[in-house]
Amino acid sequence: MSALPRAAELGLIACKVCGLVCRNVRDDERLDGDDRADAMACPRCGATLHRRKPNSYVRTWALLIAAFIMYIPANVLPIMRTASLNDVDDNTIISGVVELWRAGSPNLAVIVFSASIVVPVLKFLALGTLLLSSQRGSEWARLQRAKLYRLVELIGYWSMLDVFVVALLTALVRFSVLSRVEPLPGVIFFGLTVVLTMLASMSFDPRLIWDGKDSDD
Amino acid sequence: MASPEALLICEHCDTVYRRRALVRGDVARCACCDAELERHHALSVNAMLALILTAFIVFVQANMWPIVTLGLNGQHSSTTLWGMIVAMWREQAGVVSVLVAATLFFFPLMKMSLLGWLLWFARAGRRAPGFRQLMVTLHYLGPWTMSEVFVLGALVAIVKAHTYFDVTPDPGIYAYAALTLLITIFAGVDLRQLWDETPEPLA
Repeated sequence: MSALPRAAELGLIACKVCGLVCRNVRDDERLDGDDRADAMACPRCGATLHRRKPNSYVRTWALLIAAFIMYIPANVLPIMRTASLNDVDDNTIISGVVELWRAGSPNLAVIVFSASIVVPVLKFLALGTLLLSSQRGSEWARLQRAKLYRLVELIGYWSMLDVFVVALLTALVRFSVLSRVEPLPGVIFFGLTVVLTMLASMSFDPRLIWDGKDSDD
Repeated sequence: MASPEALLICEHCDTVYRRRALVRGDVARCACCDAELERHHALSVNAMLALILTAFIVFVQANMWPIVTLGLNGQHSSTTLWGMIVAMWREQAGVVSVLVAATLFFFPLMKMSLLGWLLWFARAGRRAPGFRQLMVTLHYLGPWTMSEVFVLGALVAIVKAHTYFDVTPDPGIYAYAALTLLITIFAGVDLRQLWDETPEPLA
């Protein structure tokens, strides 16, 4: 992509908050101390200017691994208990999908399956792939990887679906001994997984896809 | 160098562009990574303010009115959004309760109030008091409002409950549906335009 000018080559930085194009003075030797600190803030919104998101690889890896650790109990532990007069039924995420498929509506079961299983797994795989390939400075399928990142950002928060379902059912199904729904610890882990994967995808800098090696700063 | 406003940098791949005037329906895309750079602002400040006020009214209704009612052997049970938050808190799921309260109540409320405030002043071409700080806050609030996800969640909960209970939708769910529509209309709006549209006050 040598035909198109890149900001780093021109000594420019785009403010991450307001988008203003600023001059990169990080390497300017004529400035020192306070002057340099001032120049590193966006003149329009005051946000600190970074050529790339700081420590993008380390932060994204840490958040992604933390999210994955949370994802295990989120799937193994039940997320919801349905109790009625003569039976108690604990549901995991996947058994909830199966039940919805059998009893309710297969269409919705597909949506819940996508939001609760496909999207988180896709996020782990996609962000892992993006991290590994960018860290190696790979030129493989850059455009597709850039699009993959945008897809992950776009669909990420829809995973909260199951958390809201459990919350709504808990508040609704409260017929004393006849029928009750209670949240179980799995739903807490699942909520944390979603938040952590969202933070992970936010801390990844897609510009790293287009950089060569050794560009994390 | 040209003035900074005349340039545009792709956030996804760092390619630099000269800004071009866009006409209705135009979307400027990055030639390198195909990300959206900028789109024509179809909505005027007045139109945006009207939408925000509408969304605010609908949001109040969505939170006041019950969402659905379940019936079992003549007993009835219904809940509002706050009923959900309280129920999760009582059932030892405090983390979920906080998540729900933040993403479905506090963040959307903050977003609408901030936008309303900023747009009210932008109508007169002025920057609202606290403009800079509030614009930064809005930027960070970005992806953490999830009302549209909740609508789908409510639909799933209704279908799940339908097997065992009589389900009656309440006005709250319709208010939420309307809110989702408004959010969708607003989704294409790039709020950064407010930086350009309101001049910097003279220091």
